[in-house]
Amino acid sequence: MSGTEQHGSGGAGRGPQEGWPLYEVFVRGKRGLNHVHVGSLHAADDAMALGHARDLYTRRNEGVSIWVVRSSHIAASTRDEKDPFFAPSADKVYRHPTFYDIPDDVPHI
Amino acid sequence: MSPAPETPGTSQAAVTPEPPESPAAPGSSPAAGTDHVYLSLAEEHDDDSGRWAFGTGFTDPLHGVDTAVPPGVDGAALASLCLELADDALVQAQRLAEWCTRAPELEEEVALANIGLDLLGQARLLYARCGRADGTDRGEDAYAYFRDPADFRNVTLAELPNGDFAFSIVRLLVLSTWRLAVLHRLTGAQDPVLAAVAAKAVPELTYHRQYAAQWAVRLGDGTEESHRRMRAALAQVAPYLPEVFASSPADGAAVRAETVSVLEQVLAEAELAGALPVPDEPGSADGREGRHTAHLAPLLAELQQVARAHPEATW
Amino acid sequence: MTTPDAAEEEHQARFDATIARDQRVEPRDWMPEAYRRTLVRQIAQHAHSEIIGMQPEGAWITRAPSLRRKAILFAKVQDEAGHGLYLYSAAETLGADRADLTARLIEGRQKYSSIFNYPTVTFADVGVIGWFVDGAAICNQVPLCRSSYGPYARAMVRICKEESFHQRQGYELLLTMMRGTDAQRAMVQDAVDRWWWPSLMMFGPPDSDSPNSAASMAWKIKRHSNDELRRRFVDMTVPQAEKLGVTLPDPELRWNEESGRYDFGTPDWSELQRVIKGDGPCNAERMARRREAHAEGAWVREAATAHAAKQARRRARRAEAPEGAGV
Repeated sequence: MSGTEQHGSGGAGRGPQEGWPLYEVFVRGKRGLNHVHVGSLHAADDAMALGHARDLYTRRNEGVSIWVVRSSHIAASTRDEKDPFFAPSADKVYRHPTFYDIPDDVPHI
Repeated sequence: MSPAPETPGTSQAAVTPEPPESPAAPGSSPAAGTDHVYLSLAEEHDDDSGRWAFGTGFTDPLHGVDTAVPPGVDGAALASLCLELADDALVQAQRLAEWCTRAPELEEEVALANIGLDLLGQARLLYARCGRADGTDRGEDAYAYFRDPADFRNVTLAELPNGDFAFSIVRLLVLSTWRLAVLHRLTGAQDPVLAAVAAKAVPELTYHRQYAAQWAVRLGDGTEESHRRMRAALAQVAPYLPEVFASSPADGAAVRAETVSVLEQVLAEAELAGALPVPDEPGSADGREGRHTAHLAPLLAELQQVARAHPEATW
Repeated sequence: MTTPDAAEEEHQARFDATIARDQRVEPRDWMPEAYRRTLVRQIAQHAHSEIIGMQPEGAWITRAPSLRRKAILFAKVQDEAGHGLYLYSAAETLGADRADLTARLIEGRQKYSSIFNYPTVTFADVGVIGWFVDGAAICNQVPLCRSSYGPYARAMVRICKEESFHQRQGYELLLTMMRGTDAQRAMVQDAVDRWWWPSLMMFGPPDSDSPNSAASMAWKIKRHSNDELRRRFVDMTVPQAEKLGVTLPDPELRWNEESGRYDFGTPDWSELQRVIKGDGPCNAERMARRREAHAEGAWVREAATAHAAKQARRRARRAEAPEGAGV
């Protein structure tokens, strides 16, 4: 398993022998905008993840740029590492706190 | 690992801009006015339109192209070329559609459908061109639905049943590599419509070829079982290569050399070097002359059954 | 820090405040276990429905009677695969694993929408599914765009936008068919007759008999009751049926001047129960197809995993080799 060779399977990946690892997908919709987190998908390797991201999340839009990254490679801020998925967001007013929360409405600057 | 690739896969610079079909346009829905469903969505998320594609739209790649057959172009020859290329694409798209709900993973459902839709789009444009060029002014459906198997001009490799995923990948690799070589040359065609269709098809086919090549490498260099299945698929495809190469419309030797070179490169990386023997003898363009395998008739029967059951109907 | 109990209470209070202020709960936030479980179940069932829902229409792609319809239907069914993926993705932010959810579906431990256990008999069914089933889905799903769980709400925004294209293509197909031959008009009416009641059942059992609804509403996972959504769907659909020129198969259907809405008959809830329990016309067929595709794809998925592992080992070896040091 490529996923388990380099590191433990990330949080959610329960049965690494079953199914491909999870990737997070970031898309730049237009020039001048940030890459925005749009979701995730499963792929066996980086090239496949890019292909799937193109097919699934952009369906033919020209000029887009896509980043994919193994979910298990993302370091996210949490106050309590004991229970990473359900850790409290504590006293922060969480507009954009963690892992997945990148705003849908990227401002035009 | 490439952390920040700027373009996924191949360059798509040559693709005709294809804005989304904007199906979410408020007001044009039959359900407009009910709950302001789409309107409210548009208000909250109007910035999404540039990011999401809603289905695969078919915009007009012929925008601004003069569709009259130019003087000096042989209409009959143009028509038969378009028909051949359209039939190849339609029959392949039909086989790809058969994968629907049967793909090995959900992400592959989306990918295989994208490829099928691309080919279907190419077929439609080419049939339309055929109707202009042969002087009959027939529409795309006349060619797809109301011709019999012996009238079809596709290469027979396209019509073979899907087999397993390895066979479908090998066939896609061969046909997309060859079709790309053919259409790349047609971007300079004297007929401006054919040239425009080819220009639209080239980046699509480049992606199809890349998709098939990546899978060929994964399967060839995967498990023992996948390697065995790839060998079997290559052996099954090999006898059809001479026909494919005999069916190139022009530049036959160059198209063949390019195709063989790409295939060899992919197969070497897939630990399958030499597994696709390319026969030396010149092939006979069976499909182009209407000689098909037993598999085409049932494929067309299925494709045409509803249309032929209601010949007076409009859809 | 405080004692565990006090911390728990603090989390609960913060969670409740988030819900009360109509703000979104995000993946790593603390959330009550029951909220998480309910969400995983609902999102997974929704995802399964998209994937199983490819089958009834997918069966007509190869037979679509024009190339334009073929392309539209192909793209639509592809969208459904995409929707399933968006939703599985949302479920995975809650710690669920897609392979596990797929296993639950295949083993019959999780459900999908009962509507997809009905057969598609003619090409008119493609149009009626777009009109009714996707219309009902929009009624159900638009409020979910404001669901309290962020990833689910965001997935629903994308899905609803695509569903609107789906519904329109269905209605447009029916309009075209109604302008065609007598045989086509008969096909449309027949499909309407067969799909109307199952479509009303898509909204689930009546509120009086819907055990999970109350909690989901309180958590703002769900925003409207089953009966309210069903009523909205009827109000939206009746005028469309009139415009189309078809009859909805409900003798009790009539305009109620007082309420300003339509009164309509009661679906056969025992039928819904039967279909949910696995005894619908196509349950076995749908499950068999999904199971078969998953099983037959196993060698492909394994091969890709094996190849990725080989590549990773090769990269590691290259990195260790002295020549690779400068890379």
